[in-house]
Amino acid sequence: MESYIMIGFSVFLGALFVGGAIITSKMLAFHSPEGWRKVQPYECSENPIGGARIRFKVAFYIFALLFLLFDIESLFLFPCMKIFKSVVAAQNGSISPIVLFTELFVFVFVLFVGLIYAWRKGVLIWE
Amino acid sequence: MNQLPTDTNYPVHNIVGDLVRHHFPGVAGYVNGFLTLASLLLLVALLPVFLIWLERKVAAHFQARLGPMRVGYHGLLQSTADGLKLLFKEVLMPKGADRFVFFLAPILPASAAFLVMTILPFDHHLQVADPAGGVIYVLGISGLSTLGILMAGWASNNKYSLLGAMRSGAQMISFEISLALIMLLIVMVTGTSSLRGIVLSQQGTILDWWIFKLPVLGLVAFMMYMISSTAELNRAPFDISEAESELTGGFATEYSGISFSMFFFAEFVNMFVSAGLAATFFLGGFLAPQIGIGLIDMVLNFIPGFVWFFCKTVLVIFLYMWFRWTFPRLRIDQLMDLEWKMLLPANLVLLMVTGVFLAVGWIL
Repeated sequence: MESYIMIGFSVFLGALFVGGAIITSKMLAFHSPEGWRKVQPYECSENPIGGARIRFKVAFYIFALLFLLFDIESLFLFPCMKIFKSVVAAQNGSISPIVLFTELFVFVFVLFVGLIYAWRKGVLIWE
Repeated sequence: MNQLPTDTNYPVHNIVGDLVRHHFPGVAGYVNGFLTLASLLLLVALLPVFLIWLERKVAAHFQARLGPMRVGYHGLLQSTADGLKLLFKEVLMPKGADRFVFFLAPILPASAAFLVMTILPFDHHLQVADPAGGVIYVLGISGLSTLGILMAGWASNNKYSLLGAMRSGAQMISFEISLALIMLLIVMVTGTSSLRGIVLSQQGTILDWWIFKLPVLGLVAFMMYMISSTAELNRAPFDISEAESELTGGFATEYSGISFSMFFFAEFVNMFVSAGLAATFFLGGFLAPQIGIGLIDMVLNFIPGFVWFFCKTVLVIFLYMWFRWTFPRLRIDQLMDLEWKMLLPANLVLLMVTGVFLAVGWIL
């Protein structure tokens, strides 16, 4: 609990640090006169063509979905990894090492098959 | 930070902390934490200045130049001067930008970098907080910087920013998986996920560090960590998000003044953090590199832990800088192939192989 209280203070201090820098800069900074050239989005000194909220590759979303899958996988693997050593060393009598290892293997194997499936489907090809 | 060891054989103690621990045992943890937090704030303010100087110097000497020489001794004050200049510059906001998100975007990565730093074990007593799920905390918080970059790209109302942010977002989330799996490997072999616990599990000689303690596997895991953390940091050879020749400035194209320097700040603090994590996971953290000979070990032990921690961290940082001038930049499709078709399967195999070895009892 103590750790999390300290982390809470750190959140506060971190925000203060960054916010303080920005506010200081706001007070100190030089402001040049407004003008349409000044606020124009940068496009190599040309006038911007069309809006910036353009369409982009759908591949980004597919990779994001795959990321979610594997990130949650690592989160699910975490408790198993945490107790792995104590189970193997037979300090944790309630779980059999063979059962734990089989479960771990099946879980990772299913994910591996999923990765190969995505690969064969051509999702991982970036054109 | 739950149990502070009162009897360490480390010669340098935190004097104020020791006094307080003696007289007010109830609040000792908090006092220690606040003192550490105060020193951490100072470190965070000075660190990017030093690292930017180091980066420029290393780059210069790799190219047989001198680098910054004018401001201060060998250019030491150059980055301070640059930082001050950026403080006095106006923050431009392009027309059509999402004002709130544009303002918030640089704050997220900068404070996330600071937050991960709070749980780095610099020394026995020198750690702000040590949550039991430290590894999960690291993974969770470092995800925030990806969010900041995506927000910056979207809010800028600029095509280069948007494309650069999407690219670096895709890159960072991809390599975060490998990073998570390698951290899981370390959790598996140590049986603890608090960073302090991970460091303390490497006590003994230099051969008890995880890079050597797992024969071959440790070295492979360290190499994988280096590759994926370099990609996670958006550094060369994986710096496609800021590929100047293709995307001008990437996600930071429209940023100027202090907001831009916040991104820079976050980048360099993140570099320190991932180098520090590499030192914690693989290189024994704050432990002295003992070699098993009594007299030499005594001398090495006399040097305080945080000095060792900084030495190891700077060594890893130097590796990052070395990579930058050794490898050519990858294309985005090569980058994605590297992660999804090579690193991720290799990681899963490594995890399983280590599991088998651990279960059979061949290692540890």
